[in-house]
Amino acid sequence: MRLLAAFLLAVIAAPALAQGSAPPAPYAYRQLDDPAQEAAAQELMETLRCLKCQSQSIADSDAPMAGDMRHQVRIRIAAGEQPEDVRAWLMQRYGDYVSYAPVVSARTWPLFVLPIVFLLTIAAVLWRRFGKGKV
Amino acid sequence: MNWRVWLPLMLFALFLGVAAYQLTQPKDDVVTSGMIGQELPYFELPPAHSENPGVTTADLRDGKPRLLNIWASWCLPCIAEAPQLEALKEQGAEIVGIAIRDDPEDVAQFLARHGNPYTRIGRDDLSEVQLGIGSSGVPETFVIDGNGVITYQHIGDIRADDVPVLLEKLREAGA
Repeated sequence: MRLLAAFLLAVIAAPALAQGSAPPAPYAYRQLDDPAQEAAAQELMETLRCLKCQSQSIADSDAPMAGDMRHQVRIRIAAGEQPEDVRAWLMQRYGDYVSYAPVVSARTWPLFVLPIVFLLTIAAVLWRRFGKGKV
Repeated sequence: MNWRVWLPLMLFALFLGVAAYQLTQPKDDVVTSGMIGQELPYFELPPAHSENPGVTTADLRDGKPRLLNIWASWCLPCIAEAPQLEALKEQGAEIVGIAIRDDPEDVAQFLARHGNPYTRIGRDDLSEVQLGIGSSGVPETFVIDGNGVITYQHIGDIRADDVPVLLEKLREAGA
C-alpha cells in the first residue's frame, strides 16, 4: 500500500519536476488587453512551431518553452511589431523549422512548380487524346 | 508495343524509390541556431546563485573567448555533462552559465551535488536569452569569442569526446 502511494506520488510529481518549478512567463497564458493585437498574436502563434514538441504549434503546446515563446510573441506585438517581423525574428534563429507558413525558397520551389507541371502535362495528354476528335 | 505505355509505371517506381530511400535516412530533428557568426543579443541577467555574479553581454565582450552553457537544475542530461564541464574548466576553459526557468534554491542544490564549474551564472526565467541566441533546449553550449560573437554551438549534453572539440573551438575563437 505504501509502495502504491509512493508510486502514485511519483507519477504526479514527475511532470512538475521535469521542467522546473518556475512559474510561467507573464504572457504565456494571459491574453493581451487589446483584442485586435491579441487576435494578431493568436493568428501568428498558430503558425509557429513549438521547438520542444515538434508537431504542435506554440498556441497548442503546454511546454514551458512554448509558453516563453508565446510571451515573446505577445510582448513584441504589444510593442507594435508586425506579426511577420516577429516570425522573421524567430526564423533568423531557428530557420524554416519554426514556421508552419509555407515559403518559396531555393529548397522548396519544386513543391510549388511540380503540381503546375503535372496539371499541364495531364491537360496536354487529355487534349491530344480527346480534344482532336471533336473538331 | 509502344514504350510510352510504361512511362506512368516508371514514374511511379521512381517516386516509390525516392520515398523508400528517404525512409531509410536517419531522422534529423536537431534545430541548429541561425545565430552562429552573429553577435549576442543585448541582455543583463541577474545572478541565479548567491556565489556567482550574473551575466551581461558586456561580460562576454572583454576580449576573452568563453563557453556559454545553457542549463537548468531540473534538466537530467545536465547532470550527465557536469563532469565534462569540470574537465573543460580544468583544461583552462572559462564557463559562463545561464540557468533556464530556474529557482536559486534548486540551483544551489544542483551545484552542491554536481560541482560548480561556472564563473558567472545568469538567471533567465523567461528563456529570453535562450530564444535570443537560437537555443532550442537544455543543455546547449555555445562558444563566444572575445567580441561577443557566437562562433559554435554544441547541442545536447557534452560527452567525453566533445571536450577536445570544444577546446579546439575555443582556440579557434582566439583563446
